[in-house]
Amino acid sequence: MGNTPFWPESASNWAPGVDGVYIFLILVSAVMCVLIFGAVGILSVKYRRKPGVQPTAIEGSHLLEITWSVLPMFFFLAFFLWGAIIYFHERTPPQGASEVYVVAKQWMWKIEHPEGQREINTLHVPVGKDVKLIMTSMDVIHSFYIPAFRIKQDVLPGRYSILWFRATQAGTYHLFCAEYCGTQHSGMIGSIIVQSPSEYQSWLNGGSSNTPLAQTGEKAFAELGCVTCHRSDAQGRGPVLTGVYGKPVALEDGRTVIADENYVRESILDPGAKIVAGYKPVMPTFQGIISEEQLAALVAYVKSLTPAAGQPAGAVAAKAAPQTSKTGKVQ
Amino acid sequence: MSDSHVAVAEPAHRELRHHFVDMEQQANTASLGMWLFLVTEIMFFGGMFCAYLIYRLKYFNDFAAASQSIDVRWGALNTAVLLVSSFTMAMAVRCAQLGKQKLLVVFLLFTMLFGATFLGVKAKEYYDKYEEHHIPGLNFNFDGKLLGHPDYPVNQRHTEMFFSIYFAMTGMHALHMIIGLGLMAYLIIASIQGKFDTRYYTPVENIGLYWHFVDVVWIYLFPLLYLISRK
Amino acid sequence: MATAVVPQQRTNYLNAEHGVKSWLLTTDHKRIAILYMFVVTFFFFIGGIYALLIRLELLTPAGDLVQADTYNRLFSGHGIVMVFFFLIPVVPAILGNFLVPIMIGAKDLAFPRINLLSWYLYVIAGGLMLHVILTGGVDTGWTFYTPYSTAFASPKVVEAGMAAFINGFSSIFTGLNFIVTVHRMRAPGMTWSRLPLFIWANYATSLIMVLGTPVIAITLVLLVLERVFRLGIFDPKLGGDPLLFQHLFWFYSHPAVYIMILPSMGVISELIACFSRKRIFGFQFVALSSVAIAVLGFLVWAHHMFVAGMSVYAALIFSFLTFFIGVPSAIKVFNWTATMYKGSVTYETPMLYAFGFIGLFTIGGLTGLFLATLGVDIHVTDTYFVVAHFHYVMVGGVVMAYLGGLHFWWPKITGRMYPEGMGKLAALIGFIGFNLTFFPQFILGYVGMPRRYYQYPPEFQMLNVLSTAGATILGVGYLFPMVYMLWSLRYGEIAPDNPWNAAGLEWKTTSPPPTFNFHEDPIVDFEAYNYDELKDIPDER
Repeated sequence: MGNTPFWPESASNWAPGVDGVYIFLILVSAVMCVLIFGAVGILSVKYRRKPGVQPTAIEGSHLLEITWSVLPMFFFLAFFLWGAIIYFHERTPPQGASEVYVVAKQWMWKIEHPEGQREINTLHVPVGKDVKLIMTSMDVIHSFYIPAFRIKQDVLPGRYSILWFRATQAGTYHLFCAEYCGTQHSGMIGSIIVQSPSEYQSWLNGGSSNTPLAQTGEKAFAELGCVTCHRSDAQGRGPVLTGVYGKPVALEDGRTVIADENYVRESILDPGAKIVAGYKPVMPTFQGIISEEQLAALVAYVKSLTPAAGQPAGAVAAKAAPQTSKTGKVQ
Repeated sequence: MSDSHVAVAEPAHRELRHHFVDMEQQANTASLGMWLFLVTEIMFFGGMFCAYLIYRLKYFNDFAAASQSIDVRWGALNTAVLLVSSFTMAMAVRCAQLGKQKLLVVFLLFTMLFGATFLGVKAKEYYDKYEEHHIPGLNFNFDGKLLGHPDYPVNQRHTEMFFSIYFAMTGMHALHMIIGLGLMAYLIIASIQGKFDTRYYTPVENIGLYWHFVDVVWIYLFPLLYLISRK
Repeated sequence: MATAVVPQQRTNYLNAEHGVKSWLLTTDHKRIAILYMFVVTFFFFIGGIYALLIRLELLTPAGDLVQADTYNRLFSGHGIVMVFFFLIPVVPAILGNFLVPIMIGAKDLAFPRINLLSWYLYVIAGGLMLHVILTGGVDTGWTFYTPYSTAFASPKVVEAGMAAFINGFSSIFTGLNFIVTVHRMRAPGMTWSRLPLFIWANYATSLIMVLGTPVIAITLVLLVLERVFRLGIFDPKLGGDPLLFQHLFWFYSHPAVYIMILPSMGVISELIACFSRKRIFGFQFVALSSVAIAVLGFLVWAHHMFVAGMSVYAALIFSFLTFFIGVPSAIKVFNWTATMYKGSVTYETPMLYAFGFIGLFTIGGLTGLFLATLGVDIHVTDTYFVVAHFHYVMVGGVVMAYLGGLHFWWPKITGRMYPEGMGKLAALIGFIGFNLTFFPQFILGYVGMPRRYYQYPPEFQMLNVLSTAGATILGVGYLFPMVYMLWSLRYGEIAPDNPWNAAGLEWKTTSPPPTFNFHEDPIVDFEAYNYDELKDIPDER
């Protein structure tokens, strides 16, 4: 039967805040319940039917109505603000987070670390480091849920969904799929394994040597012919991609969009949807030609194309993801 | 909102239902019922308008290309036909109000004729789309290019989306027209049987409201579907 | 129905006509209410059997009672049947249909034949749903999320969608009927401010029915079209957007929960007024709060989608708006409580259900605040916390109110009294069973058990066992009234016209009422809940 938990473990940077506002809600609710149940109990007994005693007709009290409408609003505002601030932070991944790609499919989680490590239904992360999950589904909507971290995010087909956290305590924690996805929905579970940084590093180095994701992407970029049009010297028929990630892009219809993961993904799968100003729509679509894994690698590669000072514009840029080598030293 | 109804003193009409006090209450009640029903119809079509607007924003170029391929002349003709049919319907209601039985039947017949014309034109348009392979799910293939970019092909799935919504919306509208024709037929038969008089013409009035509503839906559909980026 | 079960000397709506045809072709709103009572209760049974099977499976962590696919059909069937075929119609179509015309002094609803049509639409939809159930069921959940429902689930989705679609029109026509009736059919002297709170509640509910239901109707149409013709409106593989489905779905389905709770709140107002022998405290505020809930209910739907992938700003707005709905709901609870102050309270069965409602709805409503709070919702959405929340308000709220109202108006509807001792006992059993079933689920949710799971980590077992034990007791609490209510039809005490000495036009006519509701056309020259004018001694039984 196991020990019945009455409170989940706390293993991420989100847990204290979420637990805090939850406890606040419980306390206020408990007080309200005591007040209301107490009032009902006391009034219904004190004013029970007694022979000869008539009830007093009372229309109401505007003062009371205003008081008990306005007073709760202050508490509501407090709940809202506290919850909203946590949520806003949850939806704003920090710079420099380690970016892990997650592909959900019925009924398993496929995970790829930027260093190239792959896992199924398990996610190893180091304590104290920001981790950003970039997730997509191959079929239906799933949801990546880690109760001990107090976060979840629906994982949709056709786009990337983002989740980020910083693990604060080593251990093994439940991973659940939290959006009904068919037959084995309740079997689509796994573990989050939080390790100390040194243990995590040994884990990364264990097993066969892996190619970092961005490097795989660089190879695909060449093999698929992207490099023909997307040259780094602005002579190509497509826009220069160095430094494009994370920046605004002006489109031909006048709109400006930010080049985030979903923009890069859409540009590869449906290039006609957003045509960059000053360029003709000539890029063919790669829908159906590349896999999710290749897409993730390409996205990681484009993200890694930061212009480095002193380097010629065409050189392969320094990568954000650390490279592994047989000695296990992180560069 | 008036306070509860004050009964009108007059002999009972043969169409007065038992739970009403007089014909005026009955007529007002039926009217309010029809208006409310039309509000539900607005919400019903509204969902599809919402889907259409969202995708039109998302895939504007493909939608514009697809829109060029439906014939604006047939659409315009249908718009005119429906507007005239609403006029004849309004005239029919007026005739009913004035007790002009024969003229009432004439106007109802014309309304039905125009309604049928609308459906005939729609059938022609649908057939054209069938021939051009523009019906989603039926060997769909759109041969056009993006507006303003004569070399770049449209995204087939996005143009198919336009046609999905086009057929869903015009199909739902056509279904309402067919129901309207059925209601017209009922009105014509009932009028010939002498069912309506100056004190009782509620069905004519309320079905008229329904007819006008279906017309108004088309007035929105026509520009949204046919007139995107047309020069 | 061929034999008269009520041996009244006077002619009333039950014995005025005999024969199956007189029931199946009736336009009498009271008979239609009884017809609804039969079919709605039948579907409550079906939904209840599903619930029993679900809870039995969840006794053990492993999926050992049924297969995964079967379990998915069980919770889907439970949801669809309970939401569409029980919760939405139970109070409006049964108590509302019976009482709305009588309470305003009318002879019938505005459109009696459309009322009958509503019932037939429900029956057709129900038949279709029954066919779905008997031929394998759907496994999409009652929420039919895409692309699972359009591209992966069993083909029964189309039929189930059509059943819900047809049922929606039953709902729309009922709401339309109520609105027009309240506007046009009030007796002389029955001003808006004299309308009982049950009428205000059903009026507000009807606004939601009329405005919201068409949206789920078109959503289901699009879903079926997509499924059958592979249109691609909601499927990303075909260029569509699964979130569009969710927005369209919840645009109705959130206001739908107010369709469920508002009439129940109307019932509670009537019960508390009668059994405190006082006008509801803050009558105007309670009346208008119903309308406020109806309006605000349309503005908050995306609080079901905080983790779905919406923009941050949308989430912030919807969270903010969701808190506001708490205000009119709280106003009602406070006013009901204040009504008892200087009242004259007794504890008959209906009042016990009212107390239960206040307790359980308060908890359910407060946990709604938890879900409105973004940071918390991210953690507990799609877990048993949400399941507990909505069962508190739907079962602890709606079902309690329905049972309370059913007991209260039973003498008026049937001309018989139910056995009071049994009534109290059933209420108590239900209350205990309910809390044991659903309170542990709040804990289960916060520790992370997701919903729609048929197998779970072993450490969650004890809480699940408690919940299943409670469900068994709750089941008894529901079966018991069915038995003694049926018993009372034959052996119950004959009811006087006004056994509770309650205020309201329905108590001024006979129990049961005649076909046209009143022996004399009523004229209203008194305010609602004029308990100060009523004599103190109840009628002789």
